[in-house]
Amino acid sequence: MADDVRAMTRELARDPDSLVFIPLGEELRRRGQLDMAAKVAASGIERHPNVADARDLYARVLIDAGNPAAAEDAWRMALRLEPRHAGAHKGMGFLLFQAGDLDGALDHLETALSADPTDATIVQALQTVRAAAEALADSPPPQERVFAGFDGGGAGVLLADERGLVLAGTAQDASGARTSDAVAAHVAGAAREAERTARLIGLGDWVSIAVEGPDGHLHLSRPTVESVLLVKRDRSVPPGRVALLAQRAAATARQWLEAGNL
Amino acid sequence: MTLRHRRILEGITRVRGMRGAMLVAADDGLVVAEALMEGIRGNALAALAASMVKRLGLAGVATGIGEVRFLHLQGAEGAMLVMPAPEEMVLVAVGEADVNVGLARLEMLQAVRGLT
Repeated sequence: MADDVRAMTRELARDPDSLVFIPLGEELRRRGQLDMAAKVAASGIERHPNVADARDLYARVLIDAGNPAAAEDAWRMALRLEPRHAGAHKGMGFLLFQAGDLDGALDHLETALSADPTDATIVQALQTVRAAAEALADSPPPQERVFAGFDGGGAGVLLADERGLVLAGTAQDASGARTSDAVAAHVAGAAREAERTARLIGLGDWVSIAVEGPDGHLHLSRPTVESVLLVKRDRSVPPGRVALLAQRAAATARQWLEAGNL
Repeated sequence: MTLRHRRILEGITRVRGMRGAMLVAADDGLVVAEALMEGIRGNALAALAASMVKRLGLAGVATGIGEVRFLHLQGAEGAMLVMPAPEEMVLVAVGEADVNVGLARLEMLQAVRGLT
């Protein structure tokens, strides 16, 4: 392979207008000689500004160098020069996948595959993106996954605002039916009454409300002054443990709210 | 207040840190019997405690735990404990922030049994 690089370098020295800079830059990129690869690609673009392969090479070098924004510019330029350039579409698919734009990634990768049906790496990339899109379609919305790290997968943890609207999490009744909206309304109302009661009888600010029922426990707390957190567990979980779980859930809720999710 | 009610409430207020206890009609939140320290507004407390039990009972059904059997409101400077009692009443107790909730709950259970 070293011979290849030497041979291509000689060829380029002999004929600076040669397109051999493209395989040479690619080989240098593969070897991790990114500075050299970038120089070869940049000088190639200077001599051949309308060659899409040169832009594609430069973009791949930039990606390896950790500069996706510049790589995107290079791939977009390649696509202006050659709208069905497979490498540029593949690169854009990669970038959009990384950014979480799965639909956009699929569009580019499908175009890339139609432009070059023999490229196995495009097929593989398409499979990866399609699998991610299917997994996303099957998963609950983000606000229902806030407490997913808790035992039970976050089931029975619900965050509501002071007006009784659901902010995050879910609640279910005994039959398994979703009751998040009703529960949010009830707990927000209970929180308001707790506040009035606590003020009336000199309890200070209310900290928590623990409720024991025949089939489980509820624990209400206030992660912030504008929100109410409900944790529900069945009778097998002792109330003290429910309170500890609620503390952890409240910390998670605070972080989530402070991250600008309100 | 009957003698029986008085004895039942006194059993609860003997728990260290308790400020008082009362029996409340669950439906309308009216005071049935009370043994409260001075300064606690019994009528308003009764109404709010009964209302909280109702509202949290709805939350209990909506979350599948069933009706309220015991409620513990913890404040920074005190606590309120509520337990349904026979004859459509609720037993309400108010204590210091560090009251022994486990012990108070046992006394309240005993009191409820005494009302049966």
